[in-house]
Amino acid sequence: MMNKSIAILQKNWPLLQTAFLEHIQISFFAVAIGIIISVPLGILLTRMPRLAKRVMAVMGILQTVPSMVMFGLLLPVTGIGKPTAVIVLTVYSILPILRNTYTGITEVPAGYTEAATGMGMNSLQTLFRVELPLALPVIVTGIRLSSVYIISWATVAAIIGGGGLGDVIYTGLDRYNHTIVLMGAIPASLLAIATSFVIGRLARLAIPKGLRREGNV
Amino acid sequence: MFELLQRAAVHLLISLSGVVLAMVVGVVIGVILTRVPKLAGPVIGVVEVLQTIPSLAMLSILLVFFGLGNMTAVMAIFFYSLLPIVRNTYIGILALELALLEAGRGMGMNSLQILFQVELPGAIPVIVSGLRISLITAYGIVTIAVLVGGGGLGRYVYRGIQMSDMTMLFTGAIPICLMAFLTDLFLNRLEQKLLHR
Repeated sequence: MMNKSIAILQKNWPLLQTAFLEHIQISFFAVAIGIIISVPLGILLTRMPRLAKRVMAVMGILQTVPSMVMFGLLLPVTGIGKPTAVIVLTVYSILPILRNTYTGITEVPAGYTEAATGMGMNSLQTLFRVELPLALPVIVTGIRLSSVYIISWATVAAIIGGGGLGDVIYTGLDRYNHTIVLMGAIPASLLAIATSFVIGRLARLAIPKGLRREGNV
Repeated sequence: MFELLQRAAVHLLISLSGVVLAMVVGVVIGVILTRVPKLAGPVIGVVEVLQTIPSLAMLSILLVFFGLGNMTAVMAIFFYSLLPIVRNTYIGILALELALLEAGRGMGMNSLQILFQVELPGAIPVIVSGLRISLITAYGIVTIAVLVGGGGLGRYVYRGIQMSDMTMLFTGAIPICLMAFLTDLFLNRLEQKLLHR
Protein backbone atom coordinates (compact mmCIF):
# COMPACT_ATOMS: atom_id res chain seq x y z
CA MET A 1 0.00 0.00 0.00
CA MET A 2 2.69 2.43 1.09
CA ASN A 3 4.99 1.36 -1.73
CA LYS A 4 2.21 1.75 -4.20
CA SER A 5 1.53 5.27 -2.96
CA ILE A 6 5.18 6.20 -3.29
CA ALA A 7 5.23 4.81 -6.81
CA ILE A 8 2.18 6.90 -7.72
CA LEU A 9 3.79 9.94 -6.18
CA GLN A 10 7.02 9.41 -8.13
CA LYS A 11 5.20 8.86 -11.36
CA ASN A 12 3.11 11.98 -10.98
CA TRP A 13 5.80 14.23 -9.48
CA PRO A 14 6.31 16.40 -12.62
CA LEU A 15 2.53 16.75 -12.96
CA LEU A 16 2.27 17.83 -9.34
CA GLN A 17 5.02 20.42 -9.81
CA THR A 18 3.27 21.92 -12.81
CA ALA A 19 -0.06 21.99 -10.99
CA PHE A 20 1.51 23.62 -7.93
CA LEU A 21 3.17 26.37 -9.98
CA GLU A 22 0.00 26.87 -11.97
CA HIS A 23 -1.98 27.23 -8.77
CA ILE A 24 0.38 29.89 -7.46
CA GLN A 25 0.31 31.67 -10.80
CA ILE A 26 -3.49 31.78 -11.07
CA SER A 27 -3.94 32.89 -7.46
CA PHE A 28 -1.19 35.49 -7.69
CA PHE A 29 -2.62 37.07 -10.83
CA ALA A 30 -6.11 37.15 -9.41
CA VAL A 31 -5.03 38.78 -6.15
CA ALA A 32 -2.65 41.23 -7.89
CA ILE A 33 -5.37 42.42 -10.26
CA GLY A 34 -7.75 42.47 -7.31
CA ILE A 35 -5.43 44.81 -5.39
CA ILE A 36 -4.97 47.12 -8.37
CA ILE A 37 -8.75 47.45 -8.76
CA SER A 38 -9.95 47.49 -5.18
CA VAL A 39 -7.49 49.72 -3.33
CA PRO A 40 -8.17 52.83 -5.50
CA LEU A 41 -11.88 51.96 -5.54
CA GLY A 42 -11.91 51.64 -1.76
CA ILE A 43 -10.20 55.04 -1.40
CA LEU A 44 -12.70 56.57 -3.81
CA LEU A 45 -15.60 55.16 -1.79
CA THR A 46 -14.36 56.83 1.39
CA ARG A 47 -14.95 60.11 -0.44
CA MET A 48 -18.58 59.19 -1.23
CA PRO A 49 -20.06 57.71 1.93
CA ARG A 50 -23.59 57.43 0.59
CA LEU A 51 -22.62 55.32 -2.41
CA ALA A 52 -20.22 53.37 -0.21
CA LYS A 53 -23.00 52.04 2.00
CA ARG A 54 -24.83 50.63 -1.00
CA VAL A 55 -21.73 49.15 -2.59
CA MET A 56 -20.76 47.46 0.68
CA ALA A 57 -24.26 46.01 1.06
CA VAL A 58 -24.14 44.54 -2.47
CA MET A 59 -20.63 43.19 -1.82
CA GLY A 60 -21.86 41.57 1.39
CA ILE A 61 -24.58 39.75 -0.50
CA LEU A 62 -22.17 38.69 -3.29
CA GLN A 63 -19.88 37.21 -0.69
CA THR A 64 -22.57 34.79 0.46
CA VAL A 65 -22.69 33.12 -2.98
CA PRO A 66 -20.90 29.74 -2.82
CA SER A 67 -17.82 29.39 -5.03
CA MET A 68 -19.17 26.55 -7.16
CA VAL A 69 -22.34 28.51 -7.88
CA MET A 70 -20.34 31.60 -8.86
CA PHE A 71 -18.21 29.60 -11.30
CA GLY A 72 -21.33 28.08 -12.79
CA LEU A 73 -23.14 31.39 -13.14
CA LEU A 74 -20.26 33.01 -15.02
CA LEU A 75 -19.74 30.03 -17.29
CA PRO A 76 -22.11 31.21 -20.06
CA VAL A 77 -20.51 34.65 -19.97
CA THR A 78 -16.86 33.67 -20.09
CA GLY A 79 -16.76 30.02 -21.19
CA ILE A 80 -14.57 27.18 -19.92
CA GLY A 81 -10.86 27.48 -19.18
CA LYS A 82 -8.16 29.38 -17.32
CA PRO A 83 -9.21 32.91 -18.33
CA THR A 84 -12.62 32.31 -16.75
CA ALA A 85 -10.97 31.01 -13.61
CA VAL A 86 -8.80 34.12 -13.31
CA ILE A 87 -11.76 36.43 -14.01
CA VAL A 88 -13.98 34.81 -11.39
CA LEU A 89 -11.16 34.69 -8.86
CA THR A 90 -10.31 38.34 -9.50
CA VAL A 91 -13.90 39.42 -8.99
CA TYR A 92 -13.97 37.52 -5.75
CA SER A 93 -10.58 38.82 -4.54
CA ILE A 94 -11.91 42.37 -4.83
CA LEU A 95 -14.43 42.01 -2.02
CA PRO A 96 -12.25 41.58 1.10
CA ILE A 97 -9.61 44.08 -0.08
CA LEU A 98 -12.20 46.70 -0.99
CA ARG A 99 -13.99 46.31 2.32
CA ASN A 100 -10.80 46.51 4.35
CA THR A 101 -9.46 49.49 2.41
CA TYR A 102 -12.71 51.30 3.03
CA THR A 103 -13.06 50.46 6.72
CA GLY A 104 -9.33 50.91 7.31
CA ILE A 105 -9.46 54.49 6.10
CA THR A 106 -12.82 55.42 7.61
CA GLU A 107 -11.70 54.11 10.99
CA VAL A 108 -8.64 56.39 11.14
CA PRO A 109 -9.41 58.48 14.24
CA ALA A 110 -10.62 61.98 13.35
CA GLY A 111 -7.86 63.46 15.53
CA TYR A 112 -5.20 62.40 13.01
CA THR A 113 -6.91 63.81 9.95
CA GLU A 114 -7.79 66.99 11.80
CA ALA A 115 -4.18 67.39 12.86
CA ALA A 116 -3.13 66.92 9.24
CA THR A 117 -5.60 69.56 8.05
CA GLY A 118 -4.42 71.84 10.84
CA MET A 119 -0.84 71.45 9.61
CA GLY A 120 -2.01 72.74 6.24
CA MET A 121 -2.06 69.42 4.36
CA ASN A 122 -4.49 69.22 1.48
CA SER A 123 -6.79 66.28 0.90
CA LEU A 124 -4.26 64.30 -1.20
CA GLN A 125 -1.44 64.88 1.27
CA THR A 126 -3.67 63.77 4.12
CA LEU A 127 -4.54 60.64 2.17
CA PHE A 128 -0.99 59.62 1.34
CA ARG A 129 0.80 60.73 4.49
CA VAL A 130 -1.78 60.06 7.18
CA GLU A 131 -4.77 57.95 6.17
CA LEU A 132 -3.12 55.33 3.97
CA PRO A 133 -0.17 54.62 6.29
CA LEU A 134 -2.55 54.24 9.24
CA ALA A 135 -4.94 52.03 7.25
CA LEU A 136 -2.16 49.91 5.75
CA PRO A 137 -2.25 47.07 8.32
CA VAL A 138 -6.01 46.70 7.80
CA ILE A 139 -5.57 46.75 4.01
CA VAL A 140 -2.84 44.10 4.17
CA THR A 141 -5.12 41.99 6.36
CA GLY A 142 -7.73 42.27 3.61
CA ILE A 143 -5.14 41.08 1.09
CA ARG A 144 -4.37 38.14 3.38
CA LEU A 145 -8.03 37.15 3.65
CA SER A 146 -8.42 37.52 -0.07
CA SER A 147 -5.34 35.41 -0.84
CA VAL A 148 -6.49 32.57 1.40
CA TYR A 149 -9.95 32.62 -0.18
CA ILE A 150 -8.51 32.71 -3.68
CA ILE A 151 -6.16 29.77 -3.09
CA SER A 152 -9.21 27.88 -1.83
CA TRP A 153 -11.45 28.92 -4.69
CA ALA A 154 -8.74 28.16 -7.23
CA THR A 155 -8.97 24.47 -6.25
CA VAL A 156 -12.69 24.55 -7.01
CA ALA A 157 -11.93 26.30 -10.33
CA ALA A 158 -10.72 22.95 -11.67
CA ILE A 159 -14.33 21.98 -12.40
CA ILE A 160 -14.49 24.68 -15.05
CA GLY A 161 -11.05 23.81 -16.42
CA GLY A 162 -9.07 26.22 -14.27
CA GLY A 163 -6.12 23.85 -13.80
CA GLY A 164 -3.89 24.01 -10.72
CA LEU A 165 -3.94 21.69 -7.71
CA GLY A 166 -7.71 21.32 -7.95
CA ASP A 167 -7.09 19.38 -11.15
CA VAL A 168 -5.00 16.85 -9.22
CA ILE A 169 -7.69 16.50 -6.51
CA TYR A 170 -10.32 16.19 -9.16
CA THR A 171 -8.44 13.48 -11.05
CA GLY A 172 -7.97 11.58 -7.78
CA LEU A 173 -11.66 11.84 -6.94
CA ASP A 174 -12.57 10.69 -10.41
CA ARG A 175 -10.46 7.54 -10.11
CA TYR A 176 -11.26 7.21 -6.40
CA ASN A 177 -7.53 7.13 -5.67
CA HIS A 178 -6.73 8.53 -2.22
CA THR A 179 -3.04 9.02 -2.95
CA ILE A 180 -3.70 11.30 -5.90
CA VAL A 181 -6.42 13.16 -3.96
CA LEU A 182 -4.00 13.88 -1.11
CA MET A 183 -1.27 14.81 -3.59
CA GLY A 184 -3.44 17.75 -4.54
CA ALA A 185 -5.08 18.45 -1.18
CA ILE A 186 -2.00 18.58 1.06
CA PRO A 187 0.08 20.99 -1.08
CA ALA A 188 -3.01 23.19 -1.52
CA SER A 189 -3.50 23.31 2.26
CA LEU A 190 0.17 24.03 2.92
CA LEU A 191 0.17 26.77 0.29
CA ALA A 192 -2.81 28.46 1.94
CA ILE A 193 -1.39 28.15 5.46
CA ALA A 194 2.04 29.47 4.41
CA THR A 195 0.53 32.38 2.48
CA SER A 196 -1.65 33.34 5.41
CA PHE A 197 1.34 33.22 7.77
CA VAL A 198 3.65 35.30 5.56
CA ILE A 199 1.09 38.00 4.79
CA GLY A 200 0.09 38.02 8.47
CA ARG A 201 3.69 38.91 9.32
CA LEU A 202 3.68 41.62 6.65
CA ALA A 203 0.51 43.09 8.17
CA ARG A 204 2.29 43.49 11.49
CA LEU A 205 5.27 45.11 9.78
CA ALA A 206 2.86 47.51 8.11
CA ILE A 207 2.00 49.12 11.44
CA PRO A 208 3.65 52.57 11.37
CA LYS A 209 6.84 52.62 13.49
CA GLY A 210 5.55 55.27 15.86
CA LEU A 211 2.54 53.13 16.74
CA ARG A 212 4.29 49.81 17.34
CA ARG A 213 4.21 48.61 20.90
CA GLU A 214 5.90 45.83 22.78
CA GLY A 215 4.26 42.61 21.74
CA ASN A 216 2.77 44.23 18.67
CA VAL A 217 5.59 43.12 16.41
CA MET B 1 -40.44 19.77 -7.59
CA PHE B 2 -40.51 17.17 -4.84
CA GLU B 3 -36.91 16.25 -5.61
CA LEU B 4 -35.91 19.90 -5.39
CA LEU B 5 -37.52 20.33 -1.98
CA GLN B 6 -35.95 17.12 -0.77
CA ARG B 7 -32.49 18.21 -1.91
CA ALA B 8 -32.97 21.65 -0.34
CA ALA B 9 -33.95 19.96 2.93
CA VAL B 10 -30.91 17.68 2.78
CA HIS B 11 -28.70 20.69 2.02
CA LEU B 12 -30.02 22.50 5.08
CA LEU B 13 -29.84 19.40 7.26
CA ILE B 14 -26.19 18.64 6.46
CA SER B 15 -25.27 22.28 7.09
CA LEU B 16 -27.15 22.39 10.38
CA SER B 17 -25.67 19.09 11.59
CA GLY B 18 -22.12 20.32 11.13
CA VAL B 19 -22.81 23.75 12.62
CA VAL B 20 -24.77 22.45 15.63
CA LEU B 21 -22.00 19.96 16.37
CA ALA B 22 -19.48 22.80 16.20
CA MET B 23 -21.75 24.96 18.40
CA VAL B 24 -21.75 22.36 21.17
CA VAL B 25 -18.01 21.71 21.02
CA GLY B 26 -17.06 25.31 20.18
CA VAL B 27 -18.95 26.98 23.02
CA VAL B 28 -17.42 24.53 25.51
CA ILE B 29 -13.92 25.20 24.14
CA GLY B 30 -14.61 28.95 24.19
CA VAL B 31 -15.72 28.83 27.85
CA ILE B 32 -12.69 26.73 28.81
CA LEU B 33 -10.41 29.29 27.13
CA THR B 34 -11.86 32.11 29.24
CA ARG B 35 -10.98 30.06 32.36
CA VAL B 36 -7.49 29.10 31.15
CA PRO B 37 -6.37 32.21 29.23
CA LYS B 38 -2.91 30.72 28.66
CA LEU B 39 -4.45 28.20 26.25
CA ALA B 40 -6.37 30.84 24.30
CA GLY B 41 -3.53 31.88 21.98
CA PRO B 42 -2.42 28.38 20.90
CA VAL B 43 -5.93 26.91 20.62
CA ILE B 44 -7.32 29.79 18.56
CA GLY B 45 -4.15 29.60 16.46
CA VAL B 46 -4.75 25.92 15.66
CA VAL B 47 -8.43 26.49 14.87
CA GLU B 48 -7.41 29.41 12.66
CA VAL B 49 -5.03 27.19 10.68
CA LEU B 50 -7.86 24.66 10.22
CA GLN B 51 -9.97 27.35 8.65
CA THR B 52 -7.21 28.35 6.23
CA ILE B 53 -7.32 24.93 4.56
CA PRO B 54 -9.06 25.22 1.16
CA SER B 55 -12.56 23.74 1.28
CA LEU B 56 -12.05 21.20 -1.49
CA ALA B 57 -8.75 20.13 0.11
CA MET B 58 -10.43 19.75 3.52
CA LEU B 59 -13.20 17.64 1.98
CA SER B 60 -10.66 15.46 0.16
CA ILE B 61 -8.53 14.92 3.25
CA LEU B 62 -11.60 14.01 5.33
CA LEU B 63 -12.75 11.71 2.53
CA VAL B 64 -9.85 9.43 3.39
CA PHE B 65 -11.22 9.03 6.94
CA PHE B 66 -14.98 9.22 6.45
CA GLY B 67 -15.44 7.92 2.91
CA LEU B 68 -17.83 9.08 0.22
CA GLY B 69 -21.04 10.63 1.48
CA ASN B 70 -22.58 13.22 3.73
CA MET B 71 -20.49 12.44 6.83
CA THR B 72 -17.43 13.94 5.16
CA ALA B 73 -19.36 17.15 4.49
CA VAL B 74 -20.65 17.31 8.07
CA MET B 75 -17.11 16.94 9.45
CA ALA B 76 -15.70 19.58 7.08
CA ILE B 77 -18.41 22.02 8.20
CA PHE B 78 -17.66 21.13 11.81
CA PHE B 79 -13.98 22.04 11.44
CA TYR B 80 -14.70 25.27 9.55
CA SER B 81 -17.35 26.40 12.02
CA LEU B 82 -15.13 25.93 15.05
CA LEU B 83 -13.18 29.14 14.51
CA PRO B 84 -16.05 31.64 14.37
CA ILE B 85 -17.83 29.92 17.26
CA VAL B 86 -14.83 29.41 19.57
CA ARG B 87 -13.50 32.89 18.93
CA ASN B 88 -16.85 34.61 19.29
CA THR B 89 -17.70 32.76 22.50
CA TYR B 90 -14.31 33.63 23.96
CA ILE B 91 -14.43 37.29 22.89
CA GLY B 92 -18.11 37.60 23.80
CA ILE B 93 -17.51 36.47 27.38
CA LEU B 94 -14.31 38.48 27.80
CA ALA B 95 -16.03 41.63 26.56
CA LEU B 96 -18.65 41.51 29.33
CA GLU B 97 -18.27 44.25 31.85
CA LEU B 98 -16.56 43.35 35.06
CA ALA B 99 -19.37 45.04 36.97
CA LEU B 100 -21.82 42.40 35.74
CA LEU B 101 -19.65 39.56 37.00
CA GLU B 102 -19.10 41.28 40.32
CA ALA B 103 -22.82 41.88 40.68
CA GLY B 104 -23.36 38.16 40.09
CA ARG B 105 -20.77 37.26 42.65
CA GLY B 106 -22.17 39.84 45.07
CA MET B 107 -25.56 38.15 44.79
CA GLY B 108 -23.92 34.97 45.99
CA MET B 109 -23.80 33.10 42.67
CA ASN B 110 -21.21 30.40 42.33
CA SER B 111 -18.96 30.11 39.31
CA LEU B 112 -21.34 27.82 37.39
CA GLN B 113 -24.33 30.06 38.07
CA ILE B 114 -22.37 33.06 36.83
CA LEU B 115 -21.49 31.14 33.66
CA PHE B 116 -25.06 30.12 32.86
CA GLN B 117 -26.95 33.14 34.16
CA VAL B 118 -24.56 35.99 33.40
CA GLU B 119 -21.72 35.16 31.03
CA LEU B 120 -23.38 32.95 28.39
CA PRO B 121 -26.57 35.05 28.11
CA GLY B 122 -24.41 38.15 27.79
CA ALA B 123 -22.31 36.60 25.06
CA ILE B 124 -25.27 35.31 23.01
CA PRO B 125 -25.39 38.14 20.43
CA VAL B 126 -21.72 37.58 19.55
CA ILE B 127 -22.25 33.81 19.44
CA VAL B 128 -25.21 34.30 17.05
CA SER B 129 -22.93 36.31 14.81
CA GLY B 130 -20.50 33.37 14.72
CA LEU B 131 -23.41 31.07 13.95
CA ARG B 132 -24.45 33.22 10.98
CA ILE B 133 -20.97 33.17 9.44
CA SER B 134 -20.71 29.41 10.00
CA LEU B 135 -24.06 28.59 8.40
CA ILE B 136 -23.40 30.63 5.27
CA THR B 137 -19.99 29.02 4.86
CA ALA B 138 -21.64 25.64 5.40
CA TYR B 139 -24.02 26.07 2.44
CA GLY B 140 -21.00 26.60 0.17
CA ILE B 141 -19.20 23.55 1.54
CA VAL B 142 -22.23 21.29 1.08
CA THR B 143 -22.42 22.52 -2.52
CA ILE B 144 -18.82 21.51 -3.19
CA ALA B 145 -19.29 18.28 -1.24
CA VAL B 146 -21.10 16.85 -4.26
CA LEU B 147 -17.57 16.07 -5.48
CA VAL B 148 -17.03 13.72 -2.53
CA GLY B 149 -20.39 12.04 -2.86
CA GLY B 150 -22.47 14.42 -0.77
CA GLY B 151 -26.15 15.07 -1.41
CA GLY B 152 -28.02 18.35 -1.47
CA LEU B 153 -28.41 21.07 -4.05
CA GLY B 154 -24.81 20.82 -5.25
CA ARG B 155 -25.90 17.95 -7.53
CA TYR B 156 -27.90 20.37 -9.69
CA VAL B 157 -25.10 22.92 -9.82
CA TYR B 158 -22.49 20.34 -10.69
CA ARG B 159 -24.59 18.60 -13.30
CA GLY B 160 -25.50 22.00 -14.75
CA ILE B 161 -21.84 22.93 -15.10
CA GLN B 162 -20.90 19.56 -16.59
CA MET B 163 -23.67 19.56 -19.17
CA SER B 164 -23.68 23.33 -19.70
CA ASP B 165 -27.34 23.18 -18.76
CA MET B 166 -28.27 26.56 -17.34
CA THR B 167 -31.76 25.54 -16.23
CA MET B 168 -30.26 22.72 -14.20
CA LEU B 169 -27.66 25.07 -12.75
CA PHE B 170 -30.24 27.65 -11.70
CA THR B 171 -32.42 24.96 -10.15
CA GLY B 172 -29.63 24.47 -7.64
CA ALA B 173 -28.12 27.94 -7.55
CA ILE B 174 -31.25 29.97 -6.82
CA PRO B 175 -32.34 28.03 -3.71
CA ILE B 176 -28.76 28.05 -2.39
CA CYS B 177 -28.40 31.81 -2.82
CA LEU B 178 -31.85 32.34 -1.34
CA MET B 179 -30.97 30.22 1.69
CA ALA B 180 -27.74 32.15 2.24
CA PHE B 181 -29.49 35.48 1.83
CA LEU B 182 -32.34 34.61 4.21
CA THR B 183 -29.97 33.16 6.81
CA ASP B 184 -27.89 36.34 6.68
CA LEU B 185 -30.97 38.53 6.98
CA PHE B 186 -32.67 36.55 9.73
CA LEU B 187 -29.65 35.97 11.96
CA ASN B 188 -28.53 39.59 11.49
CA ARG B 189 -31.94 40.75 12.71
CA LEU B 190 -31.79 38.34 15.62
CA GLU B 191 -28.34 39.60 16.55
CA GLN B 192 -29.51 43.23 16.48
CA LYS B 193 -32.57 42.39 18.56
CA LEU B 194 -30.49 40.55 21.14
CA LEU B 195 -28.00 43.41 21.27
CA HIS B 196 -30.60 46.08 21.95
CA ARG B 197 -32.62 44.04 24.36
